[in-house]
Amino acid sequence: MALRGRAHVVGDHVDTDIIIPARYLVTTDPAELARYVFEDLDPALRSRIAPGDVLVAGENFGQGSSREHAPLAIKGAGISCIVAASFARIFYRNAFNVGLPVVECREARGRVADGDELEVDLSAGTIRNLTRQETYTGTPVPEFMQRLLAAGGLVGYVRAELARRRA
Amino acid sequence: MGMTITEKILAAHVGAPSVRPGDLIDCPVDFAFANDITAPLAIQEFQKMGVDRVFDPDRVAFVLDHYVPNKDIASAQQCKVTREFVASHGLPHFFDVGRAGIAHVLLAELGYVVPGDVFIGADSHTCNHGALGAFATGVGSSDLAAALALGRLWLRVPETIRIVFRGRPRRWVTGKDLVLTVIGDIGVDGARYAALEFAGDTLAHLTMDERFSVTNMAVEAGAKNGIMEPDETTLAWVRPRARRPFTVYRSDPDAAYADVREYDAAALDPVVAAPSSPGNVVSVREAAGVRVDQCFIGTCTNGRLEDLRVAARILAGRRVHPSTRLLVIPATPAIYRQALEEGLLQIFLDAGAAVSTSTCGPCIGGHMGVLADGEVCVSTSSRNFVGRMGHRGSRVYLSNAAVAAAAAVAGRLVHPDEVVGETAAV
Repeated sequence: MALRGRAHVVGDHVDTDIIIPARYLVTTDPAELARYVFEDLDPALRSRIAPGDVLVAGENFGQGSSREHAPLAIKGAGISCIVAASFARIFYRNAFNVGLPVVECREARGRVADGDELEVDLSAGTIRNLTRQETYTGTPVPEFMQRLLAAGGLVGYVRAELARRRA
Repeated sequence: MGMTITEKILAAHVGAPSVRPGDLIDCPVDFAFANDITAPLAIQEFQKMGVDRVFDPDRVAFVLDHYVPNKDIASAQQCKVTREFVASHGLPHFFDVGRAGIAHVLLAELGYVVPGDVFIGADSHTCNHGALGAFATGVGSSDLAAALALGRLWLRVPETIRIVFRGRPRRWVTGKDLVLTVIGDIGVDGARYAALEFAGDTLAHLTMDERFSVTNMAVEAGAKNGIMEPDETTLAWVRPRARRPFTVYRSDPDAAYADVREYDAAALDPVVAAPSSPGNVVSVREAAGVRVDQCFIGTCTNGRLEDLRVAARILAGRRVHPSTRLLVIPATPAIYRQALEEGLLQIFLDAGAAVSTSTCGPCIGGHMGVLADGEVCVSTSSRNFVGRMGHRGSRVYLSNAAVAAAAAVAGRLVHPDEVVGETAAV
């Protein structure tokens, strides 16, 4: 599965409070949450995101809270995939559970610039930078996570599991 | 090869003789809970899963703790979703304002978590419960929904990092200082995906309240769970509370660790985590002098009775500095009541502090103590990210309760000795 979009680059240790501050956690609507995504980091970032774009980050992306509102806000803004050097544990789970793919890739960090055109291959874990004619090797998305994505997230996966049990 | 306490709990739950780090397991869950922020999303996802009942109503709790008493119409609507779900499913373990406290403190206090449990919560500080020798981990709303539906959750068995503390901590040095020291050392991702196992002779000098502060903040180093082997102190605390039979697990002497690190607890001074990372840890003496607008004593990390007692020792007979505000929020109604009976609340009120009903309060910048641009807060909470407690231009120092109380009196960051006198008996 390949995804293609323009890159938006953020740094290391981007936390869940800066992705979506707690003052906005009074809704579960991704479109509403997306209005405030990254507001305390760069209030203009949201307006630069086009549907399908790719977020590129440094180490430990999504550290902090278990708020699933964080990946929902990013997904709601139109981001198709996050490429980061590493992800915080709960965020990593939450992203796949809401159907937002994420790829671990250290090589992309520092090489990708804002606006670069990227093509991400989830099963291979590779990122092609079409603007710079470079390819970065990351970690392939584990098969179990790919199954979650194929089911549309954890809800679809559990529905299928329950159907299997009833059969 | 032996197993760690974390591996033993997980192996026992899946009925396997052993599990190894990296294994993916489909694990039965002993107990699951959500709060007022994470529950509405979990309920929505649960309903989409096409299930008509939760797996076991006696093993599920909902605790309204972040935005209660409801701060605005949106949060009132949000809490109503949970109230209606609980009512329609006839769920017995529901905690609403007045009877609620901060979930992590409340559920442990009421015996909902016991040693040997696999305990999950839709709140990152669920790792708090590892102080009881349980495997406890924070998850998102979808994971919580799946656990409500199936009574199980897929988990990756974590590697374990063993943290050994040696020696008796000096006056004013608490569990909070120990865990902040570790996070400052290994970094906010130093234990990513791993279990943080805390050990060493120092633990015997820590009250249960302090031990909870230690495991509570394991997630700030990126850990999946923080855990301690139960000892006599643990069992004396658990026995009168436990709602279920429990099993005590301990790590084998030949268990395999990803890393073992030792700390000389006797050599530590109180520390603070300076803005804007829990890993930005310095001695309180290095940070001394920073002007403080607000101090906050509360939260799932340090809103327990011991914290209130320590703060009261410093505040007794003293006044909060005229240019500083002090907020004190006991973590549960039982702690509030005990603090009342011991005269602690009187000391806080006499000092000029605001004392509030049990809630997470300003910890997440939701309500009750939100900071303005440029303001500085010394907080006993667990996170000091940019904008965490209000305006993105505000700054938060994380500390223990003694340091927060001393800062409230001085109007600036100080070592507690400077406020009470180095020779004063405490």
